[in-house]
Amino acid sequence: MSVRIGVVVFPGSNCDTDTLRGLELVGAESVALWHESVDLHGVSAVVLPGGFAYGDYLRAGVIARFSPVMRSVAAFAAAGGLVLGICNGFQVLAEAGLVPGALLRNRSLRFAGRWISIAVERSDTPFTRGAPVGVPLRMPVAHGEGCYYADEATLDELERNGQVLFRYVDASGRVPADPVDPANPNGSLRAIAGVMNRAGNVAGLMPHPERAAEGVLGSDDGHALLQALVDSAAERAQAGRIPEVAVA
Amino acid sequence: MSHSPFTPLRFAVSVTPRPGILDPQGRAVEQSLPHLQISGVSGVRVGRRVELTVTAATEDEARAVVDRLAHELLSNPLIEAYEVEELGPVGDVPQSGGATS
Repeated sequence: MSVRIGVVVFPGSNCDTDTLRGLELVGAESVALWHESVDLHGVSAVVLPGGFAYGDYLRAGVIARFSPVMRSVAAFAAAGGLVLGICNGFQVLAEAGLVPGALLRNRSLRFAGRWISIAVERSDTPFTRGAPVGVPLRMPVAHGEGCYYADEATLDELERNGQVLFRYVDASGRVPADPVDPANPNGSLRAIAGVMNRAGNVAGLMPHPERAAEGVLGSDDGHALLQALVDSAAERAQAGRIPEVAVA
Repeated sequence: MSHSPFTPLRFAVSVTPRPGILDPQGRAVEQSLPHLQISGVSGVRVGRRVELTVTAATEDEARAVVDRLAHELLSNPLIEAYEVEELGPVGDVPQSGGATS
């Protein structure tokens, strides 16, 4: 039996269908979770997809953070459930305090919609297992607020704890040292493209693995990341380690 | 300053990037200054101002609501600071713009 993964649909989500399909491609049964409902439909992991939830008004992700479904997602995460935020989903997680840091407006002030490369920092997490470390993975970015920020002390702590999962790299796999570099699409500090929480069960990244999930899209490098999530969720489901949340 | 109970009060919340936080909007404004033949202007920081009316039993309660809203929703404390300004009872202040005169 395939593992069930939920994809939250906020008003303004626009990568939900791609994400539902990407998860099916790697063997999951994917289900849409409506933002107004607190019911997670017994899923083994939750993905917050890209888009412009609630129009990105005020700050990207902040209005979505207070939606009913996020009460359940937060409880699921607190109980150890796997949650992945992609692009706008990462912004929602950051606003909710479920992953460290904040996503600022791109340094260039331009919307960054293009193909970039990221490299996985470690392959021993639920989000990166089986993915090659340090190898450029090509996938698109499409965001106006993706400049990763945390204060220096927090950045040091993230590095020490191994919470930096993904960094922007050039085609040869080099991490750009300067935040103003063509390989770093938004000016993120330390070229950080994705992080996870301390507990290691909630992660977010700005690039779109689901838009690089099959060859016809121009790259299938995102496949490995979706596969990692689905395999991790399946393993947890088999071990009976999926938290049940009941939120009124 | 006290008001009768349930008098709706008008507040303004100013949200600005914390010192040291990159503010590309502020930088873009600075970069436009030569086009206006303006020199000697620096340190431009762009934030936002939110005005709102609160109905509560007391002024303290109203202020507590605004503080919570400012802290949890209107600002992201990681990157932004906020200031709350009480503009006065509704009716005494214009509903938008120029309310701080």
